[in-house]
Amino acid sequence: MEITVTINGQARTSDVQPRKLLVDYIRSDAELTGTHIGCDTTSCGACTVLLDGVPVKSCTVFAVQANGKSITTVEGLRQNGQLHPIQEAFKEHHGLQCGFCTPAMMLVGTALLDKNPDPSEDDVRWAISGNICRCTGYVNIVKSIQGAGKAIQAQASGQAS
Amino acid sequence: MYPSAFEYKAPATLEEALTMLAEVGDEGRVLAGGQSLIPMMKLRLAVPGVLVDINGLPGLDFIEGANGHLRVGALVRHNDIVNSGVVAHANHTMAAAAPWIADPLVRNRGTVCGSVAHCDPEGDWNSVMLALRARVVARSTGGERVIPIDDFVVDFFTNSLQPGEMVTEVRIPHYSGPAGGTYLKLERKIGDYATAAVATHLQLDSAGKISQAGIALTAVNSINTRAAAAEEALAGETPSEELFREAAELAAQASDPEDNVRGPAEYKRDVVRVYTRRGLAKALELAQAS
Repeated sequence: MEITVTINGQARTSDVQPRKLLVDYIRSDAELTGTHIGCDTTSCGACTVLLDGVPVKSCTVFAVQANGKSITTVEGLRQNGQLHPIQEAFKEHHGLQCGFCTPAMMLVGTALLDKNPDPSEDDVRWAISGNICRCTGYVNIVKSIQGAGKAIQAQASGQAS
Repeated sequence: MYPSAFEYKAPATLEEALTMLAEVGDEGRVLAGGQSLIPMMKLRLAVPGVLVDINGLPGLDFIEGANGHLRVGALVRHNDIVNSGVVAHANHTMAAAAPWIADPLVRNRGTVCGSVAHCDPEGDWNSVMLALRARVVARSTGGERVIPIDDFVVDFFTNSLQPGEMVTEVRIPHYSGPAGGTYLKLERKIGDYATAAVATHLQLDSAGKISQAGIALTAVNSINTRAAAAEEALAGETPSEELFREAAELAAQASDPEDNVRGPAEYKRDVVRVYTRRGLAKALELAQAS
């Protein structure tokens, strides 16, 4: 079946089998390997992408279901050669160790900050509760997402004044 | 993991979807959120020949009060219930259950009606629907059926839909007067199935007596189970701690859990007993405050 999907702002048209999972379409067809496959059973969240801005597990969506829709992967966070504030924050707060869960954590973080720019620790922990990290113990991930929120707000108020 | 090959159809209207479902008969499955169906297909536990994806259908994402009911359409996601002011105002049991369905990412995608139709005994919504005496609306090219939830949930992963039918909404009665309820779920971690969970609902009459009680259990039988004896023990009575203890004992007796990784059977039965008692106390508190 022919589908057209906009990935990180770029429209791609390709012919896919209906049973192809979105994560495999992103990794194999679009060759964007920042989206990871962890458990492949809807448990770990490593394959999280934004589907029309909403975080979903891309191992549990068929590529054909993304036809006509817009996907953001970790590769889409950097804009004009500048890291996204959430990427800067993960770097600054040491929000990753092995890095396997990091793309997903950053995408879930941006989706949270879009709705709630100043989340409490509980808000962040609740938002990332569908994503498993086996290294950090989550403390620095929470700090990173909260730090990114502060940086985005500071940037916004800087632009406003 | 890849599912078996299937034919994919993405209808643009409900009529088109129903025609497709009628044509494919029992080879067809409706794809809504897919958060249970797709994992089952990947494990080859479900092998549908045709998937009819209803995500493009307009007008099925309603949550609204109408004719004494709260209507929840086939494309309402779990997270829509979490964020719904209508539900928060109208129905304590649903509002309490929604944040405990799976995890936030699954809640963004999975649907209430899909979960109801799935009839997984470890699923949460059918206990909520049993306690609230909901009805399931099924449509086909032949028309509409409104099915009481007790008749809809037939067995382990088995509902009473006929080939060619799909669930278009669930209707939850709007309880006027003092009513309250909750959903208490024990889970090992976010996203895990319940070790055990209990949905409760109480309706009081003007004298403060219980006019209707709803109690249903998750993950402790091969099917979501109404604790009928416990409900009967409560009906017409004046609420008291002693009465709730008695009902909790009857609810525990209605459970027949298995020993598994989530705990031994006796422990789960204790959880049912304790959560029924606590759930009824919470339901009463909310009803008296309403």
